[in-house]
Amino acid sequence: MEILLSIIVGVLFAASIYLMLKRSLVRVVIGVLILSNAVNLSIFTMGRLTRGAPPLIGADATVAEAGVANALPQALILTAIVIGFGLFAFALVLIYRYYLETKNLRSDEMNDAETPVGSLLATDQNKEAN
Amino acid sequence: MADHILLPLPLLLPLIFAAIGMVFYKNRTAQRTIAITGSILQLGAAGWLFSRIWSEEIIVAQLGNWAAPFGISIVGDTFSGIMVLSVALTGFAIFIYSLADIDKKREHFGYYPALNLLTMAVNGTLLTGDIFNMFVWFELMLISAFMLLSLGNTRKQLEGTVKYVVINLFSSAIFLAGVGLLYGITGSLNMADVAVKLEAFDNPGLITTISMLFLVSFGLKAAVFPLFFWLPSSYHTPPVAISAFFAGILTKVAIYVMARFYTLIFIQDVGYTHTILLWIGGLTMVIGVLGAAAQYEFRKILSIHIVSQIGYMVMGIALFTPMALLGTVFFVVNQIFVKMNLFLISGVANRLGGSFELKELGGIYRNYPWLGVLFLISAFSLAGFPPLSGFWAKFTLVYAGLEIGAWVIIGVALAVSILTLFSMVKIWAFAFWKALPEGHEANTSDYTKRISTRDLVYLVAPIVLLAGLTVIIGVFPEFLYEVSERAANQLMGRTDYIEAVLRP
Repeated sequence: MEILLSIIVGVLFAASIYLMLKRSLVRVVIGVLILSNAVNLSIFTMGRLTRGAPPLIGADATVAEAGVANALPQALILTAIVIGFGLFAFALVLIYRYYLETKNLRSDEMNDAETPVGSLLATDQNKEAN
Repeated sequence: MADHILLPLPLLLPLIFAAIGMVFYKNRTAQRTIAITGSILQLGAAGWLFSRIWSEEIIVAQLGNWAAPFGISIVGDTFSGIMVLSVALTGFAIFIYSLADIDKKREHFGYYPALNLLTMAVNGTLLTGDIFNMFVWFELMLISAFMLLSLGNTRKQLEGTVKYVVINLFSSAIFLAGVGLLYGITGSLNMADVAVKLEAFDNPGLITTISMLFLVSFGLKAAVFPLFFWLPSSYHTPPVAISAFFAGILTKVAIYVMARFYTLIFIQDVGYTHTILLWIGGLTMVIGVLGAAAQYEFRKILSIHIVSQIGYMVMGIALFTPMALLGTVFFVVNQIFVKMNLFLISGVANRLGGSFELKELGGIYRNYPWLGVLFLISAFSLAGFPPLSGFWAKFTLVYAGLEIGAWVIIGVALAVSILTLFSMVKIWAFAFWKALPEGHEANTSDYTKRISTRDLVYLVAPIVLLAGLTVIIGVFPEFLYEVSERAANQLMGRTDYIEAVLRP
């Protein structure tokens, strides 16, 4: 089971990197979403995967018996999922706002805030063009 | 027991004042009053915390009284203490500057609460002793930073924010993956406990791999070479007060975290990890300063200069001697004041001269000699002129390099210093010294058409405060030197930290 999940994590990582290298901003944001899910899944796998062994500690014991899954990573990813969801919602709204403002969703045309290459060479021409 | 109230205080105060500020979101005057009151109280709390740390060395609070390593520990040592104090001090300066710099619309959309929340998240990152808790603080820092960056919805800001958001979400995911893997091999999240458990772990290759994941994540946040490209394309877009706060504090927090991790946790294979850090430091210095030489916009020059200065701090961490870490601590604190001040000055130059473009500015020194003096103090401090604070910061770093014979990095650091001076002189010559360009309609000699005298006082007061600090640190460096020395010794002698946290 661990091996299967590890392979899935690997595939998700690869898919998210592939999407993040795309020029379309929507795909980039979806890539970020998949990346956070891949990370969550890897932490989930880290806490051991067991079936039919609830992580309960007996009344007279201080530690759980061997062979139960660790519950803490699941608590961690619960937190991480909530945070990731909030940030993903913000990112979606942000690119929507950006689209409304510029009618552009291609990352290679986002050059408003960059120094234009031409201006470094010939500033006067650039000024006239403006 | 007093520590249990004192340590969370720098987190609680901004939260409370952000909440009150949100209640009065319609009332501009109330928001401003609340924000200023909050930052004054914050300054008091930070000062109190620092004096307590100064007398007690390392103080620890276990949240909810869960003994470490099971609960979340909040730890204040000298490095985090001086950082919290600097953040409170500069936060106060930024709040005053914002009174004149932030327009009505942004104030109504919750500028002050967002800045308060950002301060809270920064303090949380500085004081926490738990890795996952640090991740949560990082996320809080991100979301408030996103909001501040995009507040106002101008074209440039949105574009800068999109880049900032994507790269930072990526960096957080990498950080989380590192946290997960670290938990997988140690079964603990408390930084002190992780450090202890890693000593008994006999697969150094795996630890080095995880440390590289953390390096990428912190490197993205600190904007080191080759991960810095987001910084010069986003930091110059928001209003000056916001970019000054970001420039002064956010990257330095990443450096703080890097120093913490690479002195406390990842010291199994120093020869490998810290050599990579040294290369990164050297290249960051050079690339940053060369990038600045090509720019002709006031804030862009300063933004890309942040990258160059980050290189010096990474160099201190990489050399990994008490003297070098002393230099890093000194440099970080000094940079917070100096870099922020330069950004604030660029804002005033824009108000008085009507532009951020160096080619359109001119004659500021003739009309406003006092601004020229304030700029020179900060710029020369950045370049490292005695007797200003930047000189001592660079001096300690270079001295640390001389002690262990790291000739190449010293050569790079000194050469970059000269190039830094070149950029600063470029700003000086273009914006302050040369005559106003022909055909420029702005009448810069009479500021009253552009800005009211009261606003000008709000803008200049924080600059005078920060410039004064630069001069005072420069003339009397003993105090900050002693603080940095103690911080460096605590970082190097990590057993003190571990014992303080894990003490039952």
